[in-house]
Amino acid sequence: MLSFIGRSIIQKIITLFFVSVISFLIIHLAPGEPSQVDPLNPKFTPEMVERFRREFHLDRPLHIQYLYFYRDLFTGKTTSWKDNQSVLKKILERFKNSLWLFMVGTLLTWTLSFPIGIRSAIFRGGLYDRGTTFFAYLLISIPGFFFAYILIIFVVNSFHVPVIGMETFGIGEPPWYRWFMDRIWHLLIPSVLGATGGIAILSRYVRSQMLEVESQDYVRTARAKGLPQDQVHYKHALRNALLPFVTMFGLILPGLIGGSVIIESIFSWPGMGRMAYEAILARDYPIILTVNFISAVLVLVGTFVSDVLYMVVDPRIRL
Amino acid sequence: MKTNTRSVLQEGGMERPLVPRETRLQEFWRLLKRNTLALLGLIIFVLFFCIALAGLVFTSGTKPIFDPAMVRLQEKLRPPLSSPNLETLLPEEAPRLGVYLFGTDDLGRDVFARMLQGAWVSLTVGFVAVGIAVLIGIFMGGISGYFGQNHVRMDQIIAGFALLLGVGLLTAGAAFSGAVLLLIGSAYIPFSLWWKKELGKGPPPNWMKVFFTGAVSIDTLIMRFVDIMLCFPSFFLILTVVALLPASMYNIMVVIGLTSWMGTTRFVRAEFLSLREQDFVTAARALGVSNWRVIFRHMIPNAIAPVLVSATIGIATAILTEAGLSFLGFGVPPPHATWGNILSDGKGFIFDAPWLTFIPGFAILVVVLSFNLFGEGLRDILNPKLRERY
Repeated sequence: MLSFIGRSIIQKIITLFFVSVISFLIIHLAPGEPSQVDPLNPKFTPEMVERFRREFHLDRPLHIQYLYFYRDLFTGKTTSWKDNQSVLKKILERFKNSLWLFMVGTLLTWTLSFPIGIRSAIFRGGLYDRGTTFFAYLLISIPGFFFAYILIIFVVNSFHVPVIGMETFGIGEPPWYRWFMDRIWHLLIPSVLGATGGIAILSRYVRSQMLEVESQDYVRTARAKGLPQDQVHYKHALRNALLPFVTMFGLILPGLIGGSVIIESIFSWPGMGRMAYEAILARDYPIILTVNFISAVLVLVGTFVSDVLYMVVDPRIRL
Repeated sequence: MKTNTRSVLQEGGMERPLVPRETRLQEFWRLLKRNTLALLGLIIFVLFFCIALAGLVFTSGTKPIFDPAMVRLQEKLRPPLSSPNLETLLPEEAPRLGVYLFGTDDLGRDVFARMLQGAWVSLTVGFVAVGIAVLIGIFMGGISGYFGQNHVRMDQIIAGFALLLGVGLLTAGAAFSGAVLLLIGSAYIPFSLWWKKELGKGPPPNWMKVFFTGAVSIDTLIMRFVDIMLCFPSFFLILTVVALLPASMYNIMVVIGLTSWMGTTRFVRAEFLSLREQDFVTAARALGVSNWRVIFRHMIPNAIAPVLVSATIGIATAILTEAGLSFLGFGVPPPHATWGNILSDGKGFIFDAPWLTFIPGFAILVVVLSFNLFGEGLRDILNPKLRERY
């Protein structure tokens, strides 16, 4: 166990190094330069551009730039090229907004997909099963932005509440219950949208996992000795089917920073995804690279956590 | 006695090898017909293919039959199926069908013509991107599964590293050191060939042994590279690259293809690893069949089923990604219509002109759904456990 942890940590650090190199190369070898992003601005005199390039080490060779960038990142001194603010502070601020979407979305995903998946596994081949199967494909296939507009039209027309942004613009200082409801309405649609794909995929996975366990010998034994159906389903089958899902707790970590670019820009939600999108438009390399780096770290930590969890819950696995 | 058994074998039906009652294709078709959703997916897919082809023919050229770029400002935001106001239009500006089948957008352009033009974009982006991904995936997965146990030698790693560093330094601007490294790296290749020919018989001298030890297996190398690629958040990576490159349809296809080959690589590797141990491959190799013939004639046809399934679903994902990019404004450059940018142009009018949102949205939904359903059906059909044995 300890040797596995040590080996995989070393392996992940090497992977992370290559990710950092590749993302740095992709950004810096692409055509165009960040100092030329606004050539029509009269304030951008050649002297200004020169100062800008010197300030951010853009006049140095690429490998020196790489070292400078990651030194700054690890000491927390990276600044955005656009407004000279600390990148980590900016990310933290946006991260708090995205966290709400992420939490509600994850909660919806995990609470809805289990009952749906279990029920369609129990009534396999029935109307409910076939209905949810088709519905799951529908949810996987629908473009997020199209679904967003359908929901906007529906909610705005039938409930007459504004949904764009984090709170109603110019709402002032309402009593706390109105403020609370306002926040809920604004939070609901983006997080439902964020959860749809997850619900569809996870409920299919729950279903197939349940079906696999239901065909095991010990479930047949439980049935044969005359246990009530509920006990067979929920005590013998479900508990064993849950095993792989423990590991998925690790895999939802990357979603923390992923934040859907499209949904956040439709709803003007000031979250991570939108910040990354704005940074791409402005060629704000420090932000792009930092977001990329953090999300790579989260992916690696997520797979690591899920491997370790799997070893803890499943005694058959000894890596 | 001997002749007796032979005649028994020929007449008594049990041991005689039977000709399959139906060909692969017939069997495939029979299984497909039982799976209603997959059949539906296939039908929609064929329809979509025809429409996209027709769209390419009807909307391209200097005088297209349906002109997707014809601006009629006096006819803007007309609802679907409304007839044009012929008094205000020049004869060549009138819609070809007599009515605006899907309405017009905020510049008075015919949405039907724009949808036709956009269909071709979706189709080509889906197929070309997935084609690139599948080719890379089969190549990498095949090497990793078939030749994976071979080790890369230390000297090869050093030479490869010198080459890569040379290219990197050259592009970074350090011309002299880059060129020197490049020269050293490329000079090593003929040198190593000569070395192998001359001294291949005896073991290398002691002091060189360190360069000839295997450092890392090819399999590890490729799979670690897959891990690295999987660390990037895919949509964000695609968005970054597409935003930095000049806008064009081909860039999008290539970028989507280059960022989605990892799944195929893993499938193909897993299939190859298990196929390599099977008897028919051993038999083929024992007969002296060359490596490449074993790979292309014996292994790839047997490994293709999961690749086909993931490719079909990959097309659906690629179409969605392209629509998302167009929606954000990074797609095909503006005068050309795509389903994503029709929807994006219409987002300012969702309450006044909902058809600008619903028509392209439904089109994307139906096409992507058909690919997903067909792909899932294919997974069932190609699953040998479901086949009937005769």
